[in-house]
Order: sequence, then C-alpha cells, then structure tokens
Amino acid sequence: MRKFLSISMIVLLSACASQTTQPDDEMAGGAGGDGMSGSELMGSGSGRPGYFNQLNDPSNILSQRSVYYDYDSYTVKSEYRELVLAHARFLRDNPSASVILQGNTDDRGSREYNLALGQRRADSVRNMMTLGGARDAQIESVSLGEEKPRAYGSGETAWSQNRRTDIIYRGE
Amino acid sequence: MSSFFSSKSIRGTVFILLWLISAPLYAQLNIEIFGGGTSRIPVAIVPFAEEGQLSQTITPVISADLMRTGLFRLIDTAGSSPHTPAEVVFSDWANRGANAVVIGRVVPASGGHVEIQFRVMDVATKSQLAGLSLTTPTTQLRAAAHRVADVIYETLTGDVGVFSTRIAYVLKRGNKYALQVADADGYNAQSIIEYTEPIISPAWSPDGTQLAYVSFEDKKPVVYVQTLTTRERRAVASFKGSNSAPAWSPDGKKLAVVLTGQGGSQIFLVNVDGSGLQRLSRSPGIDTEPSFSPDGRYILFTSDRGGSPQIYRMPVTGSESSNAERLTFEGNYNVSPDYSQDGRSFTFIHRHNGQFNVAVQEIGSRQMQILTNSKFDESPSFAPNGKMILYATEINGHGILSAVSRDGQTRQHLTVQTGDIREPAWGPLPKWK
Repeated sequence: MRKFLSISMIVLLSACASQTTQPDDEMAGGAGGDGMSGSELMGSGSGRPGYFNQLNDPSNILSQRSVYYDYDSYTVKSEYRELVLAHARFLRDNPSASVILQGNTDDRGSREYNLALGQRRADSVRNMMTLGGARDAQIESVSLGEEKPRAYGSGETAWSQNRRTDIIYRGE
Repeated sequence: MSSFFSSKSIRGTVFILLWLISAPLYAQLNIEIFGGGTSRIPVAIVPFAEEGQLSQTITPVISADLMRTGLFRLIDTAGSSPHTPAEVVFSDWANRGANAVVIGRVVPASGGHVEIQFRVMDVATKSQLAGLSLTTPTTQLRAAAHRVADVIYETLTGDVGVFSTRIAYVLKRGNKYALQVADADGYNAQSIIEYTEPIISPAWSPDGTQLAYVSFEDKKPVVYVQTLTTRERRAVASFKGSNSAPAWSPDGKKLAVVLTGQGGSQIFLVNVDGSGLQRLSRSPGIDTEPSFSPDGRYILFTSDRGGSPQIYRMPVTGSESSNAERLTFEGNYNVSPDYSQDGRSFTFIHRHNGQFNVAVQEIGSRQMQILTNSKFDESPSFAPNGKMILYATEINGHGILSAVSRDGQTRQHLTVQTGDIREPAWGPLPKWK
C-alpha cells in the first residue's frame, strides 16, 4: 500500500545565466550624486595634451609614479616627499590635468579591510598633493587593496613592493 | 528502457537545451571530509531500484550531502537492498547499527521525467518517518537528489536542510576572474560574469535572484548588482573614490556599502537602484564589511576606531551615528563579520599566532569559539540553517573553498583542479522552502 505524498517537483530551472559574458560598457557610469561623481578614467588616445611628454621623460621626477610604505604604515616617507610635491606642483600648473591615486596593500588579511587600508595610503598622497597646491577636483584617491599586486608570492620582498600608491594621470 | 529516458516531448527538449547551455565550465569541486563529530546519526541509504538506468544516480548525491554536514554516519548496505517497506528486515538493520533506513525506487514518467519515490524508515519503531514522491525531469536529477537529501535531513534532525541552496564565489584562473554560482555541493558551476579585472565581495539578495559584488573593471572598486536569470547588471555605487563591501538589507530594498568619497572608509545606505544615498557610520577610522541582522535593526561591521580592527554593532536608525558597541575583545585582528540567520551569533575571521581562522561568537554571552586551524582563512558565511560555515582558505598557495560545521567538528574542502577560488558567499534558501 502506497502512502506516498505526491508532490510535483518544482522544475528547478537554473536561475543563473548560463553563458559567460563581458560586462556591458554602458553600465559603467552608474549612480552619482551628493557631489561625488562617477569616474571617467579613460581619456581619448588622440589629441592628448603635450604635458605627457614631461610626465614620461625618464629624467624628470614626474616619471616616478609610485610611493612605497613601511609595514602597517600610511605615512608618506620623507624620501617620497619630493616626488609627491613635484606632482602637486604639476597639477597646480596644469589645471586641466588630473590624477587617480591607487592605494595598494599586501595580501594578508581581509580583502575588504585591506581595501580600506589601501585607501588610507592613497588618501595620504592626496592630502600631501592638496597641501602642495593641487586642487581637490584634480585628484581621485581610490584603493585596489590586495587585488592588484605588483609582486606575487609571500615574504617581505613581495609585500614591500605591494605596499604602495600609484599615481596615474587621466588620459594616459 | 533507454528510449524511455530520451526526450520525446517539446518540454523535454527544452530541458535538454537548458542543460547543454548550463553545463559546467570548469572542473567540478571535489569534496574531502576530515575530522569528525562525536554523535553522528547512523543511517543506511539503500541504492534506489532502477536508479542505475538514469544518467545520474540519486543515492550517491544524497549520501555525499548528508556526510558533508558531519551529522551522519553511513551504514554499509552490502547484501541487503530493500525497496519497499515490506522488504525491510528491521532486525538486520538494527544489527548493523542503523537508526534509520532510506529506501526508494525510480519510476519512469512521461515527457522526459522520472518519479523518485522514497521513504525514511525508523529502525527502532519499525515505522515510516517520511515518504515522498518527486517527479522531475531527467535533466534535473542532482537537484532532485538534493531535495530528497533535504527531506531526510529534516526528518532526522528537525532542522531545515540546505542541500538545495547555491553558493557564489570568485574563481581566478590566470588573469581571468569569474564570478560563479554553483550548487551547495560545488556542482553545476556557472560563470555569471568573467573579466580580466578583479571581482570581490559577492553578496546574495535575500530572494536569491541577484548578486551584488565589487568589480575593478573601471580601475577602481565599483559596486554592481546583477540579476542571475537575465544577467542584466547596473552600477549601484560608483561614486568618486572607492565603493565596496555591499550587504543587502533583509527586505532586499537597500544595500549597505562602504564609500570613501566623504573621507575615510565609511558605511552608507543606498537603494538598490542607486538612489537615496544616506550615511550610516561616522568615525575617524575605517568602518567596513557591514552585515545586516536578520531583522534589519542592526549592522555588524569591522572598525579600527579603537586602534585595531574589531567587530562592532550599530543600530540602523535612519540617521548617521558615531555610536557602536564593540563586540570582539580577544586579539588585535577580528574582521569580516556575518550574522547567523537567528541573529544570535556571528562568524568572523580571528587572527592569533599569525594565523587567520574562522571563529563564531554568541552576541549575548560574547563567548568566542575558533573553528579552524588553517593559516589563511577568509570570508566566512553561514549556511541558511546556521549549521555550517563556508569560507575560503589556502592550500599550497592556492585558494580553495572549505566548509566547517558550526561546532567545528567537521571540515571539508571543496577544491577545483586549477585556479584560485575565493570570496565565497552561501545563498539563501530557495523560495519553496
């Protein structure tokens, strides 16, 4: 004698999208407001301002774009002060130029917490640049946390390479 | 028999097509179980009659589901294969040490479907505890097996089963990042999005239809929400500075996010459509990794306002607040909180002796328990029934998924053959639960 409850199995159509995809370009803008605007990172390749020659001249201090930090530290060390202030002066003298500062950390610990720590590094460079004459609107400081290491592997050699802020000019 | 299981109706054809386009893209996750509980329920799962005719056998999936919880011990069924209650010799199963015997059969049904009939028999009382019949397309046999495992689990433990849930995680292979969704056992992995820039912090909407996550495709962290079925996605938080750490409110209408545009890393609330930005936390330090309480009244988060990263709790009042209650006090690194579904405890990462381990803490008693003994654990999240915790760990330099029972007694690895797997998030119960 069968006492089965008869249940019709709900067809579990796979709720997920099945094909992989690249993100749609038009989605990138997103929500803005409250004085904070979406980023416009990628400038056009043609017709770029002449100042990029200066920025990429290896003999010019402006070609140096990375600030490195001690373990668990966010202060710009004195050896990078001149570099940061040179970029600040450049931004002051070229009001159309703008930078994105990307803070980075080594890979120990929570990814989101490291994102916040990397932000602190980028903000330290931003603050010094602002004091050096750059305008706030010319600078966006962001964090890549531990997600974009320059050096892979564990150990102080790799970690010290990854504790840094990179200075990237928009349109580069 | 073989012709029976082929698709003859239009409906069956549709299911076959769905199966083809949803075939796994990467190697399956393998499960290794080590460690063990003290008082496991001894249960015999007798292979179902005629299941060998199916493209996917049912009972091995059920057995693996039950074993992963650490709550069951499988009794050898060799030499005995009852399929009906009359065929069950209870004294034999008592001698083998089984408390319960699961029997069943697979019966052909029309339109590319099969009917799975099964019963859970209690050895002590020689009676039936549960009996159910599921009709399922032959393309959804693993899903049906998980459903059967849920019924067995619920019958024998009294708790809700989570075998029909899904998990999300990020898979890194070479320079490619894929946000994937898989069944709770790691099978049926599908990429929701693939990109050459990092993806972190996937978070399930409470109804399981959408994922929020952080993508670095714009050279900075931006919070996106993507619908799983349509793959439609939109940037919810793309403000100046960094945007990260999305957490859904329990009603699914808002997201807590971490923004840096107003200075520091602070917690904000934003509607799912990106409107209505409102600041929640105010501290001179870092406030990040928000997690809503199930009733939506509180947010747990990580803050270094006291000098080291610790877990705090603040009420969600509708206005910003600098007040929060510190919950963790052991050690100088406690991060990544995730509320349990009953709101009484949370899981988090605790650092001690240079190791990063999964821990749980009762909110009332502040009793903390460390559950793992690995080196680099990350991103713990509770199963919807609160009995297991999914997390990322590292073995031989590779990121893998692992799960640990709430009592720390049973751990298992879910590994992929190649690639780094990280940032897991356990999805909600399916709607029919």
